Amino acid sequence: MLSIQNLTKTYRGNKKAVDNLSIDIEQGEFIVFIGTSGSGKTTALRMINRMIEPTSGKIMMDGMDLSKMNPVQLRRQIGYVIQQIGLMPHMTIRENITLVPKLLKWDKQEKDKVAERLIGLVNLPTSYLDMYPAQLSGGQQQRIGVIRALAANQDIILMDEPFGALDPITRDTLQDLMKDLQVRLGKTVIFVTHDMDEAIKLADRICIMHEGKVVQFDTPDNILANPANDFVRDFIGSHRLIQNKPSVKIVDEVMIQPISITIEKSLDDALRLMVSKRVDTLFVTDADKRLIGYLNVDSFTGPQRTQQSINEVLQREVIYVKTGTKLQDSVRRILKRNLQNIPIVDNDHKLIGLITRANIVDTIYDTIWGDEEENKNALLVTREENVQ
Amino acid sequence: MIAFFTENSSDILLKTWEHFYISIIALFLGVIFAIPLGIFLSKTKTIAKIVLAITSVFQTLPSLAILAIMIPFLGVGKVPAIVALFIYTLLPILNNTYIGLKSVNADLRKTGISMGMTPLQSIWMVELPLAIPVIMAGVRLSAVYVIAWATLASYIGAGGLGDFIFNGLNLYQTELIIGGAVLVTALALLTDFILSKVEIWTTPKGLKVEK
Ligand SMILES: Nc1ncnc2c1ncn2[C@@H]1O[C@H](COP(=O)(O)OP(=O)(O)O)[C@@H](O)[C@H]1O
Ligand SMILES: [Mg+2]
Repeated sequence: MLSIQNLTKTYRGNKKAVDNLSIDIEQGEFIVFIGTSGSGKTTALRMINRMIEPTSGKIMMDGMDLSKMNPVQLRRQIGYVIQQIGLMPHMTIRENITLVPKLLKWDKQEKDKVAERLIGLVNLPTSYLDMYPAQLSGGQQQRIGVIRALAANQDIILMDEPFGALDPITRDTLQDLMKDLQVRLGKTVIFVTHDMDEAIKLADRICIMHEGKVVQFDTPDNILANPANDFVRDFIGSHRLIQNKPSVKIVDEVMIQPISITIEKSLDDALRLMVSKRVDTLFVTDADKRLIGYLNVDSFTGPQRTQQSINEVLQREVIYVKTGTKLQDSVRRILKRNLQNIPIVDNDHKLIGLITRANIVDTIYDTIWGDEEENKNALLVTREENVQ
Repeated sequence: MIAFFTENSSDILLKTWEHFYISIIALFLGVIFAIPLGIFLSKTKTIAKIVLAITSVFQTLPSLAILAIMIPFLGVGKVPAIVALFIYTLLPILNNTYIGLKSVNADLRKTGISMGMTPLQSIWMVELPLAIPVIMAGVRLSAVYVIAWATLASYIGAGGLGDFIFNGLNLYQTELIIGGAVLVTALALLTDFILSKVEIWTTPKGLKVEK
C-alpha cells in the first residue's frame, strides 16, 4: 500500500532529519514509529502527506509516486491527527468532523450522516455535534480529532503523538478505541510516539528510529525477543524484556468461568444469584451471551434501590479484553485502572471468561514455584536435608 | 445651548447627515481596500514592512495638510474630503488585519492545510474567522478617528458638523462651537456603539462560548 524508498530529508547545515528510510507498509497495518525526541519521526510522517517535501527518495502509494500527485488532493485522502488536537475553535463539532467532506463538496445530508455515525463510534452523544470545542474536555476533543481524520473514508491515518497530552486513563481509553476502530474499519495507521508501552499495545509492527535511521522494524514480539542491538535493548527497557521471556500466556489459558445473568431478569434474581455464588460482580449479557455491562454491590444500594429492572441500574462502561490477549497486557490494564477483575470477550463480543486479581496471583505463584508436584518434591528435599 | 438646537434644528439634521455619510463612505472604502491588502501583506515579509511603513507616515501627516494637498488635484467639496479621510482609515485597519492574521495559531493553520485546504480556503475558513475580533477593533478605531477628522472637512467645503464649529470660530459664537463639538462626539460614540454590536455579531460563536 505504502512503499517508502530511500527517503531522506536534509535541513540546512547538512543535518539529516531522516536518513535513507526504506520501509513497506501493508494495507490495514498499524505501524508505530518510535524513537527519542529529534529522531526524525515527525519529519518522516509529514513527508507522507507532503507537508514536507523529501530531499531525495520517494514514496509510492498503491503504485503511484506521491510527488506526482496534487498535494491538496492527496491530503484530503490522508487523515492526520496531531498532539495539539487542532480542532477549529470557531467551528461546531459537526463542522469540525465534516471539514474534509466539506472540502470535497459533499452535500449536507451526507455530511450530517457521517458526523452522526462517527460520533457514535467514539461513544459521545449526538447532542455534542452542535457544541463547540471549548465546551469539551481534552479527551473528548481528541476523540473528535480522531474521527475527523476518518470522515472522508481516508484509508491512511497519520497520527503524531496524538494522545501525548492526555492523562494516563484517558490515554488508555483512547488507545483501546483507536485500536478497535483501526481493526474494525481496516485502516492503515502510521502512529508516532515515544512511549514504548503505547507502541507495544497498538502496533502490528514497530519502526524504531534513531538519528533519522531505522534501527529495527519488526513486530513487537520479535523486537522484545530479539532486540537488534544495545540501543534497542536500552530503549525497550530491561523490565519489558524480562517480562516477555517466560512462556507468554494468553488470557484464555488462565481465565475462569464468569457468573453472568441475562438482562431481562429481575434485580431480585440478580441479587439471589450473587449471594448464592458469593460474588461481588455479576456480568450482564443479552440472550446471545453478548456482554452489555455489570452489576456490583453498589447497584443494590443508594437511591436506585427502588428500581426493579437490571436495565436501569446496570453499569454499561465495562472495560474488557479480547480473547487471545496476552496475560501481561490484561494485568497491566487491571493495575492501571485499579480493577478487581476484567471480563474476556470473543470476537462477537460474547462473554467467555474472567480474569480476577486472585487468579493472577495463582498464576504468578505457579510460575515462581511451579505446580503442586514439584512443590512436594521440594518439601521432601528440605526435610531430608534437615534430617542429615 | 438649547437655543442652538432649537434655532438650527433643520440645519443640524442636514449637517449631521453630511458628516455621517462622508465618514461612513471613507470608512467603507477603507474597509474594502485595507482588509484585502492586509490579508495579502500577511503572506509576505518585506512588502508588508514597506507598505506598513508608508501608511504610518501618512498617518503622521497633519490632517489639515492632507486636506489642503487634495485641493490642487481634486478641488474642493466632498470628494477630496472623502479621499483624505479614506487615507486616514487605512492604517488602523491594515495594521490590525495584518496582525490578526499573523497571530492565528500556527498549529491551526497547519492543521487546515494538512487536511487539504488550499491557501485561499485556509484564509477564508480558518484565518479570517479567527482574526475577526482583531480586525473589528481596527475598524472601530478607524471609525472614531474618521468622524473626528471629518470635522476638518468643512474647511475644504465638504460640509458636515465642522461648519458649525468654523462658523462659531468666525462669528465668535461659542454655542455654535460647543454644539458642533457635542454633536461630533455623540456621533462618534453612537457609531462606535453600533460597530461594537457588529463586532459581537461577526465574531464566530465558538470563540465566545464558555465551558
Ligand atoms: N524546519 C526544520 N529546520 C531545521 N531542522 C529541523 C526542522 N524540522 C526538524 N528539524 C530537525 O530535524 C530533526 C528531526 O526532527 P523531528 O522529525 O521533529 O523529530 P521527532 O519528531 O522524532 O522528535 C531534529 O533534529 C530537528 O531539530
Ligand atoms: Mg515529533
